[in-house]
Amino acid sequence: MSDKKTTGIWKVISASSMGTMIEWYDFYIFGSLAVVLSTKFFPSDNPTAAFLSTLATFAAGFVVRPFGALFFGRLGDLIGRKYTFMVTLMLMGGATFVIGCIPSYETIGYAAPILVLILRLLQGLALGGEYGGAATYVAEHAPKNEKGYWTSWIQTTATVGLFISLMVILITKGLMSKEAFEDWGWRVPFWVSILMVFISYMIRKNMHESPVFAKAKSEGKTSTNPLKESFGHKYNLKFVLLALFGATMGQGVVWYTGQFYAMNFLKTVQSIDSSQVDTLLGIALLLGTPFFVVFGWLSDKVGRKVIMMGGMLLAILCYRPIYRMMYASTDLATKTEVVDQTKVVPSIKEIDATKMDSIYTTTKAYTDGTTVEEIKTIHFEAGKVMLDDKGKDKIETKVTKKINSSDKWFLVLMVFIQVIFVTMVYGPIAAFLVEMFPVKIRYTSMSLPYHVGNGIFGGLLPAISTYFVTTAKDAGDAEFYLEGLWYPIGIAAVCFIIGMIYIDRKINTLHD
Amino acid sequence: MNAVKKYLGIVWIALAIAIAYFSIGIFGGKLTSGKQDDLVFGIIIFFILLPMVVTGLTIFGWYAVTDEYEED
Repeated sequence: MSDKKTTGIWKVISASSMGTMIEWYDFYIFGSLAVVLSTKFFPSDNPTAAFLSTLATFAAGFVVRPFGALFFGRLGDLIGRKYTFMVTLMLMGGATFVIGCIPSYETIGYAAPILVLILRLLQGLALGGEYGGAATYVAEHAPKNEKGYWTSWIQTTATVGLFISLMVILITKGLMSKEAFEDWGWRVPFWVSILMVFISYMIRKNMHESPVFAKAKSEGKTSTNPLKESFGHKYNLKFVLLALFGATMGQGVVWYTGQFYAMNFLKTVQSIDSSQVDTLLGIALLLGTPFFVVFGWLSDKVGRKVIMMGGMLLAILCYRPIYRMMYASTDLATKTEVVDQTKVVPSIKEIDATKMDSIYTTTKAYTDGTTVEEIKTIHFEAGKVMLDDKGKDKIETKVTKKINSSDKWFLVLMVFIQVIFVTMVYGPIAAFLVEMFPVKIRYTSMSLPYHVGNGIFGGLLPAISTYFVTTAKDAGDAEFYLEGLWYPIGIAAVCFIIGMIYIDRKINTLHD
Repeated sequence: MNAVKKYLGIVWIALAIAIAYFSIGIFGGKLTSGKQDDLVFGIIIFFILLPMVVTGLTIFGWYAVTDEYEED
């Protein structure tokens, strides 16, 4: 490729990637702050239910992504790629900023979670329209045999967006006290979005329309009804279904297990300090991100299928051993407590005239450097211990572990391995999808299977897997912490079989 | 390979029916258990995932059976 062409495509990629990265940042900031948001926007009398409700609200954004794909995909195939993803960018930025301004449940009651849900749905619609447009736009600028390499830069944006969301949270936490962050500081990452969106808008507004789309439009070859042509004709619908069940469904669950489920697992199952988790996850993401480009480039040489299916197979085989080792690394039953350093501090918190909480804060140290803070809260009403919805004493125990350096680096390695699986399934997929569908209905056709696979099958994973873990724990299952993995393993296994058998090389040479 | 693709189509249709049957059997009580976490899970399974998996996999299986994925 000539220098001029290379410079041109770098401009296209940087402008597209920046906006897409910001949209992922906006989308994931909600998930990264799920634990604190659950205390702000939902009733606090049942923390598990509040956390699951937050995950469900987070998931609602994923569920509407396919509708965004249909709505904005249709617009993109009718009026053009550039204008459509400018609209999605503004919609996303506005919704994110407003989430950061909503008063808490304590102030406005149920209006708070309802407003959050509405704005979360707008975020989902915007993202549904954004990604397909950016991937299509870059692919339509890229040379024929280098689509995997060039579109892989767009593929890094999701992970970079998640990484930046973690970094903004960490920096914000570092600039204020824990109390201030939990009081109002969690809003800052949402407000930061508006600044980034403005910068991206300024960059994007000078971009030109995709040359392939512009040519098709000038020749009158664009679609008049992209939805009907995409999903109303058997010839195209069969490829949409194959893309979903043979590629994006498995890719979605591998993506969300390796990044989001890993984060939730470290925070809520292993009970590791939130800032330590954000740091170690950030390191693993940073080390893993270049592999999106490596596998995208490699897919131009050896084919998309072998890399994507390889990543899926490795994930299926390795998830249980990886999570077993992760859990074991911080299991307090295998550590030796330094008993004379244990401290218990009792306190009383008056709720109202009849209710009070008796709180016991216990700090423990272990010989390997791990420290644990255990806060046991016993709820009293009229002098008696209150009962929960199962008829048991209402006692909550919150454990927070601060892990030592070697455990931290071991967990970085475990998450990094999972990120490598992510880069294998996700690096080549934009090129894979773009090549499956013709120009005139490409935006619509590729967006839907991507957002159903990634958004619904993947995005619902944290809620489903957390539920499996919680249920298995309540039932006394000794390996409860592995139960959440059956969902990604099952979905990825079906997807692997379908992909291996039904995807052939010819599919990706149909619309070069 | 074309024959494998075709006959596996029956497996995908059977899998869709099996998923629907077992999901209703195993998770059916979640919507009416009265617990909030069960309700959230039940809604996700019954109103989002199940319709998508069952409908999509059935159509995919049917296309496979009718040789739509046959290589020339």
